[in-house]
Amino acid sequence: MLEQVEQTRIKVQTSFWKAMWAVVWKDLAAERRSREMLSAMLTFSLLVVIIFNFSLDLNPSIQREVTGGLLWVTFTFAGTLGLNRSMAIEKDRGCLDGLLLAPVDRSAVYFGKVIGNLIFMFVVEVIVLPIFSIFYNVNLFNWGLLAVIFLGSIGYVVVGTLFSTMTVQTRSRDMLLPIITFPVVFPLIVAAARATTFILQGQPMDLIWPSINLMIAFDAIYAAGAYLLFDFVVEE
Amino acid sequence: MPIILVQKLVKRFGYKMVLKGMEFTAEPGEFVGLLGPNGAGKTTFLRILASLSRPTMGLVRLAGYQLPQQAAGVRANLGVLSHQPLLYGDLTGEENLQFFGRMYAVDGLEARIGEVLELVDLSRRGQDLVRTYSRGMAQRLAIARAVIHDPGILLLDEPYTGLDQDASVMLDTVLKQIAAQGRTVVMTSHDLVRTADLCSRFDVLSRGKIIASASREEIPQDGLLAFYRTAISAPAEPLREAVHA
Repeated sequence: MLEQVEQTRIKVQTSFWKAMWAVVWKDLAAERRSREMLSAMLTFSLLVVIIFNFSLDLNPSIQREVTGGLLWVTFTFAGTLGLNRSMAIEKDRGCLDGLLLAPVDRSAVYFGKVIGNLIFMFVVEVIVLPIFSIFYNVNLFNWGLLAVIFLGSIGYVVVGTLFSTMTVQTRSRDMLLPIITFPVVFPLIVAAARATTFILQGQPMDLIWPSINLMIAFDAIYAAGAYLLFDFVVEE
Repeated sequence: MPIILVQKLVKRFGYKMVLKGMEFTAEPGEFVGLLGPNGAGKTTFLRILASLSRPTMGLVRLAGYQLPQQAAGVRANLGVLSHQPLLYGDLTGEENLQFFGRMYAVDGLEARIGEVLELVDLSRRGQDLVRTYSRGMAQRLAIARAVIHDPGILLLDEPYTGLDQDASVMLDTVLKQIAAQGRTVVMTSHDLVRTADLCSRFDVLSRGKIIASASREEIPQDGLLAFYRTAISAPAEPLREAVHA
């Protein structure tokens, strides 16, 4: 009898990396067809850039002080749209259950979604940055600034993906995601905006490093936390 | 040893106890029809078997793996078909199968995709986007998804919901083919005619427990409705005797 049961153990767990890249491939392939997420994020970002530019009408010195904040408001709000849409696709037709039924470490699904969301966020940032530079007359193509955008985006997406997995189960998911995400990412966004402003003002690195260190610590802590918690978040 | 073994299963949502010490077994190759009124806990039970929901208490073993500790082992041996197709509308039928095949690390994936598409008679529509499929076609593709990794156990949760007559007949044919391959199948359905046609055993779930169970041989022809009605209106213990009498 025991042999009979042993015979049914025909499959092994799928490797973490293979499963993670399969999720990334699936998200990119679906977005290549629909272009829903990227078009929504891009349109929103461009509207924010244009509205702020014409409504604030700042002089150059003040502009350098507020550009960091404006840039991060644009990225995080556009990111929220993308995160909501990314998880809504999984909820439609019960696809999230389909993902969770696979014999993989569920954190592979989570990190696959994080990488997919990050790619979409980076695409939006790459398009928005030159437009932002033109409208606000600041040079945003600076390696230090790109590193800050990279770290800030990772932290935001790491937290946002976890929370969007939770809120997608609720009826008011579109409202709930920013309400629970922004208080948590508040220190990250403040650090990112401050580092961005200091870099644009040409301040010494001594002033910038604390913000960068905070972002690195935030990213590492929340990625580790999400790795441990995701299985509990998705299970009833 | 049964391929599915459930003992004293309890599932609670807050103060509400949905499953109250449920006992259930299925032998390899059995096709079990799980009947019961709405809200009886059928879907909750299948979600626990599928490792999508954690049992509050009790023993749940599938294919020798215990839940929730060995969930990955259970999932590798399990295919699930529900009234929702669990498919991505913006991917083609083949791309959906490719994705799920990769998630299950299926060997020889391209050949396997061809096989399962043929099984569900969708070879000619494999390149089309799933969002262009009819409900019946999507459900057939969902079967292909559920068996892409050749699982020993299939869980079917109301698979006929929303299907028209032709699509239901097509689904019947595919499910019979799948069952003939020796898989253990547990199906919930309100369609007693189809359940009677497909299943080798019938269990009635009500008030959080299996209150009646009978094999196809134990139930007279066209007697499933009477069995079911007697079961849900009678106390659990004397029911078996009442049905046989």
